[in-house]
Amino acid sequence: MKISPERVAQIAKLARLELDDEKLELFAGQFESILSYMDTLNELDTTDVAPLYSPTQHETVLRDDEARKTAQRTDVLSNAPQTDGQFFVVPRIV
Amino acid sequence: MSDIYAQSLSEVRARLQAREVSASEAVSSCLARTEATEPSIQAMLAMRAEEALAEAKAMDADGPDPEKPLWGVPVTVKDVLCTTGMPTTCGSRILENFTPFYDAFAVRRLKEAGAIILGKTNMDEFAMGSSTENSAYKTTRNPWDLARVPGGSSGGSAASVAASQAFGALGTDTGGSIRQPASLCGCVGMKPTYGRVSRYGMVAYGSSLDQIGPMTRTVEDNARMLQVIAGHDPKDSTCADLAVPDYLAALGREDLKGVRVGLPAEFWGEGLDPEVEASCTAAIKTLKELGAQPVEVSLPLSRYAIAAYYIVATAEASSNLARFDGVRYGFRDSEASELLDLYVKSRSKGFGDEVQRRIMLGTYVLSSGYYDAYYRKAAQVRRRIREDYEKALTQCDVICGPASPVAAWKVGELTDDPLKMYLMDIYTISLNLAGLPGISVPVGRGAESGMPVGLQLLGKAFDEATLYGVAHALEKATPPLGAPSGL
Repeated sequence: MKISPERVAQIAKLARLELDDEKLELFAGQFESILSYMDTLNELDTTDVAPLYSPTQHETVLRDDEARKTAQRTDVLSNAPQTDGQFFVVPRIV
Repeated sequence: MSDIYAQSLSEVRARLQAREVSASEAVSSCLARTEATEPSIQAMLAMRAEEALAEAKAMDADGPDPEKPLWGVPVTVKDVLCTTGMPTTCGSRILENFTPFYDAFAVRRLKEAGAIILGKTNMDEFAMGSSTENSAYKTTRNPWDLARVPGGSSGGSAASVAASQAFGALGTDTGGSIRQPASLCGCVGMKPTYGRVSRYGMVAYGSSLDQIGPMTRTVEDNARMLQVIAGHDPKDSTCADLAVPDYLAALGREDLKGVRVGLPAEFWGEGLDPEVEASCTAAIKTLKELGAQPVEVSLPLSRYAIAAYYIVATAEASSNLARFDGVRYGFRDSEASELLDLYVKSRSKGFGDEVQRRIMLGTYVLSSGYYDAYYRKAAQVRRRIREDYEKALTQCDVICGPASPVAAWKVGELTDDPLKMYLMDIYTISLNLAGLPGISVPVGRGAESGMPVGLQLLGKAFDEATLYGVAHALEKATPPLGAPSGL
């Protein structure tokens, strides 16, 4: 499958990334060879095979609905690039 | 008596308990060894020398605690595991200033067992890589030859243990990241069954594949560490609520009579370097001499494992790494003026090339119109791969093969070709898809390169005990590799 630099730019946008032209070109070539390698899976017939998304049985693990103290607000905010002491601060949205 | 640092974890813990060695002496010896070797191997991202010494001194004042199985034992931890008050960078610029306020479950268990954490080990950024060259900070070197890579992604942990900077280390294994560097550096590395060790506090890469496990210089050391970190944790809903067997009781077999060793033709064919094949074949001969019975088994879908893996792993990575947005933690680009721009700029400047590549591959295989063709298809192939393993493991007790198709390669040799680097994971990757346990044990040095070669033993779900038993017998019957030749 042919992957163009424009297609790579579209994927980057979905992934919230921004690549310069040189990297778009480089990734386009690399994605082409990686994805064509991945296409070898089409040699296998998987009709009626249930997908396995996790090695564990996905049973819903329940616990009692009790409020409990886990982390302090100061701790949670301690790694944030910008806070007002109460909340995370981001650039104005509206 | 040799220097303290050169002993095994099992030896030093016995001497610590017997008060023949103090915790302060053990820590000092490892710190001195780290100072001497670190300029050559660059295994560590952060050290806590003073804190570790202070901890040791306080512990010495109280004396050894027989209830604590790793009392006074210095260890290192891969930088993907959260450690209270210590930087946790995942080898990435985006987490350069991140200091967690809680410990990963496995780290907490080590501390509760009396282990002393010396520092955090280097790794491929977000565990994405097979050589540790994708670290944003430094390139770790193989203690056996400083011109070569230590493997990856837990390359810092492997190098630090091989160089005797610590008695053991924690690594993580998503597609071979414990077993392959252990093999390339001549150590023992165990990837436990998915669900054996809690992933709480491990920065996620591929959540359905990731497992934490020990890296050590001997099989017994490894069993002692897994004993401490294994067990149920309600904070990881995929962590199994199963009793942890006594792994030490599985050691010490005189022979391997009655043990069926499965040899899949798919692990011994094309692409396997002759020197690796020679060392691994010799190890199989040793297993036979010990009484093990070789059985031919087949894992016919092995050749599809890398393709399936890189679809599943990148898909999961693209979701997991969406959390790095420059808001709650990590790097924020100060030039951004609005929110979307903040996300894009912070992520583009914070993530390295391989991480961007994998996030984008994952985004692609999950995108509308491609989800069924790639992600769902890979998950279907994954089920068939697991069924192959389950079938093979009814015919044998352990499956045996090389951990890596080649011994350690030269720094820079594969960095230009991501696909070629992905293909290095050929023997380790299918096990993570199946969720089963595997251990890599050093079995010799390549005739050509002189570099360590590891044999991999794969087993049934939650049957790490059998792997330790066979690995221990093999280790006893194999001449030791000796001290790393590059130091």
